[in-house]
Amino acid sequence: MSHAVRGLVSGTLPFSSVDGPGNRFVAFLQGCDFDCIACHNPYTIAVCNECGICVDHCAAGALTVVGGTVVWNPRACTGGDVCIEVCPHDSTPKARWLSVAELVERVRGPAPFLSGVTVSGGEATQQAAFVRAFFSALKADDRLKRLTRFVDSNGSASRRIWDELDPVLDGAMIDLKALDPEVHERITGRTNASVLASLRLLAERGKLAEVRLLLLPGMNDAPDQLSRTATWLCELDPHLPVKVIGFRRHGARPVAQAVPEPGPERMAGYADLLRAGGLSRLTVV
Amino acid sequence: MPQEPLEATRSATSSVAPQPVDDGPLALIRQVVEDPTLSYRQRVQQLAVHAENLLGMPPVGDACREALGQRIVCDMYEGNAPYRPRYLLPDYTKALREGSAYLELPPPADLHEALWFLASMYAQVPSITGYPVYLGDLDDVLAPYVQGMSAEEIVPVLRPFWRALDRTVPDAFAHTDLGPHDTPFARAVLRLERELKQVVPNITLKVQPGVTPDALLLDAVETVFACAKPHFVNHEMMVGDHGEGYAAVSCYNALKIGGGAHTLVRLNLREAVAHHRGASEDFFTDSLPRYVEAAAELMEARIRHLVERARFFEHDWLVREGLVSLDRFSAMFGVFGLAEAVDGLMERDGHAGRYGHDDAANALSYRITRAVAAQVAEREQPYCAGFGGRAMMHAQSGIDSDVGVTAGTRIPIGTEPDLFRHLEAVAPHHQLFASGVSDIVHFDDTAKRNPQAVVDVIRGAFAGGMREFTFNLDSNEFIRITGYLVRKSDLERIEAGARHGSTFLGAGNEAEAHCSQRATKRVVAAERLAGS
Repeated sequence: MSHAVRGLVSGTLPFSSVDGPGNRFVAFLQGCDFDCIACHNPYTIAVCNECGICVDHCAAGALTVVGGTVVWNPRACTGGDVCIEVCPHDSTPKARWLSVAELVERVRGPAPFLSGVTVSGGEATQQAAFVRAFFSALKADDRLKRLTRFVDSNGSASRRIWDELDPVLDGAMIDLKALDPEVHERITGRTNASVLASLRLLAERGKLAEVRLLLLPGMNDAPDQLSRTATWLCELDPHLPVKVIGFRRHGARPVAQAVPEPGPERMAGYADLLRAGGLSRLTVV
Repeated sequence: MPQEPLEATRSATSSVAPQPVDDGPLALIRQVVEDPTLSYRQRVQQLAVHAENLLGMPPVGDACREALGQRIVCDMYEGNAPYRPRYLLPDYTKALREGSAYLELPPPADLHEALWFLASMYAQVPSITGYPVYLGDLDDVLAPYVQGMSAEEIVPVLRPFWRALDRTVPDAFAHTDLGPHDTPFARAVLRLERELKQVVPNITLKVQPGVTPDALLLDAVETVFACAKPHFVNHEMMVGDHGEGYAAVSCYNALKIGGGAHTLVRLNLREAVAHHRGASEDFFTDSLPRYVEAAAELMEARIRHLVERARFFEHDWLVREGLVSLDRFSAMFGVFGLAEAVDGLMERDGHAGRYGHDDAANALSYRITRAVAAQVAEREQPYCAGFGGRAMMHAQSGIDSDVGVTAGTRIPIGTEPDLFRHLEAVAPHHQLFASGVSDIVHFDDTAKRNPQAVVDVIRGAFAGGMREFTFNLDSNEFIRITGYLVRKSDLERIEAGARHGSTFLGAGNEAEAHCSQRATKRVVAAERLAGS
């Protein structure tokens, strides 16, 4: 893989304590093949189509159109995120094409404080070649090779992509939006055959670091569905770390505002059902 | 307050003589005597301060006196006539090994005797607060008495002792140190801390790569989640400056065991800049060196008073029994208000950059602390053999009366950049401050689910040259003020009086520095009545 490969990066965080084990650097890659109702960062779904609508709304004057392309000036940006609010395409003018070398450079400063690096999204595996090149560069660097390399993914990637990442990947955290294909399609716009295949494959390889269940009351929280989900996951590995996440409206699009947020009691009920199904390493968020 | 009935009685019965009106020092004394929020013992301590201050200050020159009047230099309200060192770190290991003629106690034979020995000794250890600020590196001190015991076995023996510390040394500046080795004793202490959630003792964990395992650090981080203790220090860096026999005491003060600090004099960098006339560049050749010398002169006068006039080292029992010795003492040269000093100088030159956020401002901040450190390292101080005849740099974390000025070398509360940039900005100062520097980092509640992330940050901070690391979590019951802790519930009850002397300092500090609303990180200052 060449360092010249570039990736469309919607943003990076030097420190995160919520994207895998320990403190991690996170790169959010722009673009996702799912269109989830409950998406918490919908501006990472699409790639900017250069329509320029955001340019007129930016009070800070941080956006301009240069040769038909929307250009973001981070120095002028005040972080109001009006651009993201007004974007009709679930995108952001702030995503930037970065080379592997540029992204690796961003890891160097925080590296002594980190357990590892996570690529998230968007859907990171949509840019698998870039992810592989980035991870390879980390692995080849004497100072950075101790960092563990994780992918945070919707699980839609094919076997070919997981094979490609395998030599440089330490673990994957996969969202399972629903076990039933129809429910999954209602929530994400896609069926879940590839997600289930990814879970199975990663579990076999010992690289399934965590399964996330984002539960939306009335949509994917039926007791029967949860019980079958627990059984299915237990067949992969009863000691699989599973994180149960209650839906939060914050950050989600208007279409999701009608979905209720599960309270502590309902969350405890979900956890009881899943534990009863045999899952031993369950955390509730 | 029964004021009204009293007045009524007075006017009604003319035979009762009118009460004399006290002014000056007497008014202060009267205030203490009549303050319903002070316990008997707190009154006695504060009365002692006011009595001491009836004496004049040790003589200093006009320039020093003027800087003192302008609060550019400050004596920390230690009192006008120092008669005991500010901080003493008795060698408890030696005391236990040899017994004490003064205490009339033989060397203890077992853990119970050792704990009673220590409790007896604490009652006889002076300091600026009237209570011992150092209780010993207890894992080390008690090691001979807990051999072969598990944490489970130590906890029930230690529990009543731990409770007694909080009740009999009611001052959050009292400190014990643990580490860098993982021991059942250290684990027992952390377990008790989570269970008892006491203000006293404050705790420091010494951390050394390759020696301190992640398991102990994780246990300590979980303890911070429960009760905001311990505080973490970079053991290798400390040993480099002080040798193996050091401890962190009170609020981030690293000093030699068997020694201590005569005094702490501090320089208000904000005021130094505010009083500077002329070009900002001249600050480094004119005002700054002048004020550093003023603070050094005040320090020298106070040390001489303590050693030559009050003759502490000629009569105290700790000296006589070799538990502290003058040759392990030095003094602390404190600075604070760096943030305002930097921003003030930047403004003069028409730059908008602010400390913590701007590379040029940060560079200026390093230039200031390096200049002070260089001058302090040149300036001889009497009776400071414990640090090569010089004072030690200290980033002073404030006192309750500080308003509009940021503690030590911290970035102002609520304006801190993200954690990584925050640590990156402050770390270069740390190597300069041998006797302590405090940056309080704030984690949000999500850290609770990922303590390893906090361990990673601590290890990274020390690898990156930080000397100390203190963090707080929004949600626990304690607020770390300057280095010591107060309980939020005690602050709420302050009107009715509080058992811990330091809680009063916290109340003033809380009101003036809004440190319990630290945006997503930290704090400012306190200590005016530390002498009380």
